[in-house]
Amino acid sequence: MSLLDRHTILEKNATLLLAGSFVVVTIGGLVEIAPLFYLENVIEEVEGVRPYSPLELTGREIYIREGCYVCHSQMIRPMRDEVERYGHYSLAAESMYDHPFQWGSKRTGPDLARVGGRYSDAWHVQHLTDPQSVVPESVMPPYGFLATRLIEPTYVADLMETHAMVGVPYTEEMIAEARADFTVQVDPFGDWDALVERYPGAQVRDFDGAPGISEMDALIAYLQMLGTLVDFSTFVPDASR
Amino acid sequence: MTKTPEQKEIGTTGHSWDGIEELNNPLPRWWVWILYATIVWGIGYTIAYPAWPMISGATPGLLGYSTRANVAADIAAVEAANAELMDQLATVDLASLPENESLHSFAINGGAAVFRANCSQCHGSGAAGVQASGYPSLLDDDWLWGGTIDEIAYTVTNGIRNEQSPDARWTQMPAFGEMLSGEEIGQLVAHVQAISGQDHDATLAAAGAPLFLDNCSACHGEAGEGNRDMGAPRLTDAIWLYGGDADTLTETITNARFGVMPAWSEEWRSAGGLSAAEVNAVAAYVHQLGGGE
Repeated sequence: MSLLDRHTILEKNATLLLAGSFVVVTIGGLVEIAPLFYLENVIEEVEGVRPYSPLELTGREIYIREGCYVCHSQMIRPMRDEVERYGHYSLAAESMYDHPFQWGSKRTGPDLARVGGRYSDAWHVQHLTDPQSVVPESVMPPYGFLATRLIEPTYVADLMETHAMVGVPYTEEMIAEARADFTVQVDPFGDWDALVERYPGAQVRDFDGAPGISEMDALIAYLQMLGTLVDFSTFVPDASR
Repeated sequence: MTKTPEQKEIGTTGHSWDGIEELNNPLPRWWVWILYATIVWGIGYTIAYPAWPMISGATPGLLGYSTRANVAADIAAVEAANAELMDQLATVDLASLPENESLHSFAINGGAAVFRANCSQCHGSGAAGVQASGYPSLLDDDWLWGGTIDEIAYTVTNGIRNEQSPDARWTQMPAFGEMLSGEEIGQLVAHVQAISGQDHDATLAAAGAPLFLDNCSACHGEAGEGNRDMGAPRLTDAIWLYGGDADTLTETITNARFGVMPAWSEEWRSAGGLSAAEVNAVAAYVHQLGGGE
């Protein structure tokens, strides 16, 4: 029996074939998956990325609930056309606290990875209420009802604890102060020093320009911080990626 | 004629059911060779491209392929190709730009791209503006702050009523709801409707005329012709920033308006600002939309 005919041993023995398949898949898995957990150039250190503040996290839940990810991606690929339109390509570290990540796979609407600070809050209110009033060719449905749904931070601490369970570094202090942080982020006259200390770069203002904390406030707070955390003037890309 | 298995001398697997034997045909040779070729290709690929994970990084591959380097090189190549024109555009005398046909056409096309990425969200992809939000139309010749390429470039660079640029165009209409009674505001509304040629109540409008002279003419002019130094809109035409109906005018006079435009020059923005050449390009684009002066 020549060497090239030895495969008959595997083919004629089901258990051996199963064991052999398992070995092959294991090697493939180890080579492809395991390095992602230790390679330094995969987990790029980036300054400025922090966990979401309670209000932003709530806005993110609304983003997921309304299925925004179905039409909007949050992943600027390293290609010239995308970089020139949307800004610096996305870094892995920028979605390190996303559970689940919102990279998306469909761009009926534009990418939102760096939408933060691109438009005013008033623009977002107008656009979410009646998208066609500012972008006539848009096919986005209106989300005006968000402005009338007032929200309470009843479960935001639980939500943060859940995120902490899967690895987001929320401290006990952050979770204990979650309700206060949630409320103060829409109150520019409130005492928000502690909030900004816990969540550097958090923006504090009445996002929807209307009294009370609505889902609109939370969603705009989330949108306005997307992609704003990394200071790219000090970022030096690791070329071997 | 096709040979029978016996004639090809193909062996059997040794399995036999009721005299029917299972033949042991080998795979077609072309199939086997393709299999071997893909294995060789795979090995070559891992040598040429980033592949095997090591201690702190993956093997870079002999070709030195890197997506990040590629995109940086891509952008650099385009910038280098446009560098000469962009330099010219950054320093050109804007008033004479339309005479320089090739540079002007480069500016308009580049400016259109800048407009779509940065301006269209408020001013509309067709630059028609959004009256409900007070985003002005850029298609007409009714300019708030001036419609030459120079003046448009200044507005783009520094914006209007923002905190970013110390040179932002800045005036503020007072909220007359705190100074005038509701009756007086109603008279002013009628007067503004009168000078803009709309249906109005003549008695109210006559009473509004002296009020207009006292309160509004300093910025909007005695006849309501507007004043570009103050960014005060002309009130005598049918073009409205927020709307010319009685309700909108009452709202405007009572609570005033405070339309903000961001400063777009990279000088005033931490990220995503426009270079001098891009500002000039978008100014040239807006200038030729219909109302340029």
